[in-house]
Amino acid sequence: MDFTPSDTRQMLADSLTRYLADQYPVEHRNAVAYDAPFHDASKWQELVELGVLHALVPEEAGGFGGAGFDITTVFQALGTALCPEPVLPALMAARLLAAASQDVTALMEGGATYAPAWAEVDAPYQLQDIAMEARVAGDGYLLSGRKALVYGGQIATHFLVAARLNGQLALFDVKAQDADVQGYGLIDGGGAAELLLDQTPATLVLADAEDAWEQALNAGALALCAEAVGAMQVAYDTTLDYLKQRKQFGVPIGKFQVLQHRTVDLLMEIEQARSITIKAAAELGGPQSGRYVSMAKHLIGRAARQVAEEAIQMHGGIAMTWEYPLSHYAKRLTMLDAQLGDTDEHLSRVAATLIA
Amino acid sequence: MELSYTPEEQAFQAEVRAYLAEHLPDHISSAVRAGGELSKAIMEEWHAILQRRGWLATTWPEAFGGPGWSPVERHIFEEECCRAYAPRIVPFGINMLGPVLQKFGSKAQQDHYLPRILDGTDWWCQGYSEPGAGSDLASLKTRAVRDGGHYIINGQKTWTTLGQHADWIFCLCRTDPEAKPQAGISFILVDLNTPGIEMRPIKLIEGGHEVNEVFFTDVKVPVENLVGEENKGWTIAKYLLTHERTGIAGVGFSIQALEEVKALATKMRRGGRPLIEDPLFSARLAKVEIDLEAMKITNLRMLFQAQKQGAPGPETSILKIKGTLINQELRDLARRALGPLAAPTGIATESNLMFGPSDTGNNAARYFNNRKTSIFGGSNEIQRNILTKTMLEL
Repeated sequence: MDFTPSDTRQMLADSLTRYLADQYPVEHRNAVAYDAPFHDASKWQELVELGVLHALVPEEAGGFGGAGFDITTVFQALGTALCPEPVLPALMAARLLAAASQDVTALMEGGATYAPAWAEVDAPYQLQDIAMEARVAGDGYLLSGRKALVYGGQIATHFLVAARLNGQLALFDVKAQDADVQGYGLIDGGGAAELLLDQTPATLVLADAEDAWEQALNAGALALCAEAVGAMQVAYDTTLDYLKQRKQFGVPIGKFQVLQHRTVDLLMEIEQARSITIKAAAELGGPQSGRYVSMAKHLIGRAARQVAEEAIQMHGGIAMTWEYPLSHYAKRLTMLDAQLGDTDEHLSRVAATLIA
Repeated sequence: MELSYTPEEQAFQAEVRAYLAEHLPDHISSAVRAGGELSKAIMEEWHAILQRRGWLATTWPEAFGGPGWSPVERHIFEEECCRAYAPRIVPFGINMLGPVLQKFGSKAQQDHYLPRILDGTDWWCQGYSEPGAGSDLASLKTRAVRDGGHYIINGQKTWTTLGQHADWIFCLCRTDPEAKPQAGISFILVDLNTPGIEMRPIKLIEGGHEVNEVFFTDVKVPVENLVGEENKGWTIAKYLLTHERTGIAGVGFSIQALEEVKALATKMRRGGRPLIEDPLFSARLAKVEIDLEAMKITNLRMLFQAQKQGAPGPETSILKIKGTLINQELRDLARRALGPLAAPTGIATESNLMFGPSDTGNNAARYFNNRKTSIFGGSNEIQRNILTKTMLEL
């Protein structure tokens, strides 16, 4: 038993945290996260050069990481800085391509930008709800319909699309230039797109891709958990600091027990969130991967919302303003619960595993 | 980052498991499984078995007859004991007074009392709380007045757990009423056979006799029974509260409870299906299982820290709060799984398995009894105050 990060991961965490603190302060983040293209292209390139994407890919595929703890290391740092860069879609795309034994060099080096497209406008969570059907046309395939909320889709060069083929869930590659891509910003920063397909040519990447999609979604959900741990810690630190500074009735408001005990509750939930994320990272890729990721995503969803709402409440009006950074952390913490399955969705999944 | 035990720790775990499989008698584990009060004879029998192997005083260093285990080894031992449904070690002599005497006691006190704790000669109980001094322990009023070679003790202690079995009590007494509350307290050992002591049972919410109140009227105690310096008892009391905190999360007991709830909810039927398939019930169960899964890691993380730093930090209050909340939620689910069938009282029999040892008997009683865990040992509110001071620095 050892909870010390490896030297390599500690170095990665340190260099990434330092880079983001220097180059991506929250003022800059807010300047780029809410206006098209909803990220900073030059910083994205610098992050790629720093090796952020290599850290998410296993050695056999040309990267230098790819394990659960590599993912959590990267995303916790991203969460701390509230970074809106499309690392999540890159992580998931790398998993999908690797599952199909495709070369991910271009993805890792920033030459191509992939965005996974599975959600549909009435079904954002479960793979079994995917309705889009592929049609065979000569040697190739055509896709029609709409994929919703494609993270990073506003800047993608390629879409990795989930559609049904001969009763199986398959994986297709659609070039951005062949499709109608409607990009937009998200309320918590960063961008996504609607992918509108109409007899759009698609290349089959993997015919039986159900497992690959599941693994990609698990890795993505784990990443979101780690991102939340990073963001929760900042929201907590900010709140604690405010409790010591802000005076009302002649004393710092942190002297009031009603606020002290609620802050302790946040501390406990964050530690529990950290713990379950460690567990899910350790189990990623194993036979119980889905179950532990669901456990983590459920607990994180609960904790993140509690931290966000309590941080706002304990601050009072100031945290309702756009100018105060905490409000952006609170939005991110609340909305990331809804990505890749929210707290209720994942609780249902864990509950289903109770039935032997 | 490595969540599993090292090969050495795994070997230790296997050794403990094999030992328990061979030496934990069935009649003892059945009694633990049934969930009722354990008799004095059972507790003494189990202590003696462990002591034969040298595993009774798990927190004691080897010099005093303990196994000299690390925090992780102690954790593994406790985990395995829970898994095997071994009784909890009665903590008052072994885990409370023992470490206090080792740190603050005189050589004569150590030589006299420690072996008697190990071999079961003396059963100890704790004289801390008073009717007017619960969470605010430092306001205690029981007086010890020096009179030549003796202290004369007058006052009342309460919530004295298993005092009905005890031979001795360690007491916090006020020796200087003029000083600040914390500065006038002494830690004194009292033979319960001394004239002037009366022990009365307190019947608890579920009907059990677990705790007592103890009255002291002009009780004469030799001054040699003072531990440490006079008026420095508060330091000892605090040491006792913060020193031994492994197992505070009660993870092993919650794992037991989780298994029991699952077994019950698989057996009970609701709408033609096992209760465990009911969406609301399974959601509640899944939620607490997730909290417990996180707690296991939080517990290990803090053990790892304690192992590295040599002592557990104040953050262990998190384990107490969360651990008791999880355990209480599980006890509630066990009671609820049975619904009204948890209400009947009486003794479990083999023919009535629902309430019997092979299942989980006494579920309503255990639910009510377990409300104590968030109150004793520093209530969860006091734990939040501790965290406020130490972790939040507010």
